[in-house]
Amino acid sequence: MRLAKRLKGFDLDIGWSVDAGFTVLFGYSGAGKSLTLSMLAGTMRPDSGRVVLDGATLCDTDEHIWVPPQRRGIGYVAQNAQLFPHMTIRGNVEYALGSWPGRGRRARAMTLLDRLDVAALADKRPDQISGGQKQRCALARALALEPRALLLDEPLSALDLPVRVEMRRLLRDVQRESGVPFVMVTHDLYEACTLADTLVVYSGTGAVQVGSPRELIGDPGTPEIRRLLHAMELPESVFGQKHVGQLVPLNRQESVA
Amino acid sequence: MSTSGIAFPLGLSLQVASIATLLVALVGVPVAYLLATREFRGKRIAEVMVMLPLVLPPLVTGYYLLLLLGRNGVLGRITKALTGSAVGLLFTWQSAVIASFVIAFPLAVSAARSAIAAVDPGHADTSRTLGRSEFGTAVFVVLPLAARGIFAGLALAFARALGEFGATVMVAGNIPGRTNTMSLEVYNAVMSGDTRTATLLVVVFTLVSAAVLLVTNRLVTAVTR
Repeated sequence: MRLAKRLKGFDLDIGWSVDAGFTVLFGYSGAGKSLTLSMLAGTMRPDSGRVVLDGATLCDTDEHIWVPPQRRGIGYVAQNAQLFPHMTIRGNVEYALGSWPGRGRRARAMTLLDRLDVAALADKRPDQISGGQKQRCALARALALEPRALLLDEPLSALDLPVRVEMRRLLRDVQRESGVPFVMVTHDLYEACTLADTLVVYSGTGAVQVGSPRELIGDPGTPEIRRLLHAMELPESVFGQKHVGQLVPLNRQESVA
Repeated sequence: MSTSGIAFPLGLSLQVASIATLLVALVGVPVAYLLATREFRGKRIAEVMVMLPLVLPPLVTGYYLLLLLGRNGVLGRITKALTGSAVGLLFTWQSAVIASFVIAFPLAVSAARSAIAAVDPGHADTSRTLGRSEFGTAVFVVLPLAARGIFAGLALAFARALGEFGATVMVAGNIPGRTNTMSLEVYNAVMSGDTRTATLLVVVFTLVSAAVLLVTNRLVTAVTR
């Protein structure tokens, strides 16, 4: 992807490309990471640029191609989860299964909620559950779409430390089980290095460096990126942590049966 | 006039206000949604046109309606052809509905627009990323989240339509047994010196309006809590 966007007092002009797996966008607050996610999801139009997912062009301003968010098949989990407050948790997940028949929809929603350990909350409303539970439910809802990619905008930043640790493991496991490429924004270096197969570092000055956490920390491309990645010393064990849990089928056919 | 004598004006007013409010809901909510969520060419002019009846004297709005519904007006020609009547819809209870609709429209639209604009746009974005169309997003997410504000606006519109006088008298006339709504009947009673009927009508009016405001306030309090 290559994207440029000019907002009041802010210019973003960046480009990167990654393979499937767990990608983390890391950098200073205000460097344009969340803006990048919005433009990937299609909820914001770039002034110019191109977004290609798995060979399919979703946006190309030169060719006047624009695929609206509802046809991109890209899931999005916001920092505050954005669960619909007027629906139950199950209602939220079923909403993403609009094209499914009634009984299958309900069963599928429960399968997803169960995988994320929140099936017991199915009949509750979003204002009756905790921040970590909301993120799990939002993740279940986004996965219900069977997305081609899943974008996560600082999903852990508002959570307490023990919940964050638990959620990190869960995100990693769910990404591996589903095989869906995840792109997550964070400004937490530990989180970035723990989760990322590929790290995309936004320097804040327009430069972007892409690589594995180990590569980038070993060879930062600019002084700003060095400052970012060397802000804290990370133990060697952090890199490439693997938390693969029990495999649960996440595809449509198996879960309906 | 006896208590039973106010039955016709009261029934007519409720009928006119109910139909006008229904029309306001059908047309006003989509208009409010467009104004709250979209930028388009001519939006400023559209906003002025929608809100104009709120600031114009009802008699002036009524005069415009008279021109529109009259013999040479665009709507007049159409309704004349449809009804076969020489005056079309003029001086019928249906024209009172049109007058109430136009006068109550801006009240409902401005309340609904504020309520829709207050819905976190992140919810609409999330709905789209979940594969839902603009229409589905509006119907299943945005409008339900703005529902209380929208209903509050419609309740105000109903109260306004119930008491409509100026525009109604211009297009519907004041024909006893046909177009004499409550407001017109209060005027008639005062003009004929029948203070007892006037007082009775005014008390009924006040009670109905207070009940509507009570409902509106409860809805608005629930929205802002």
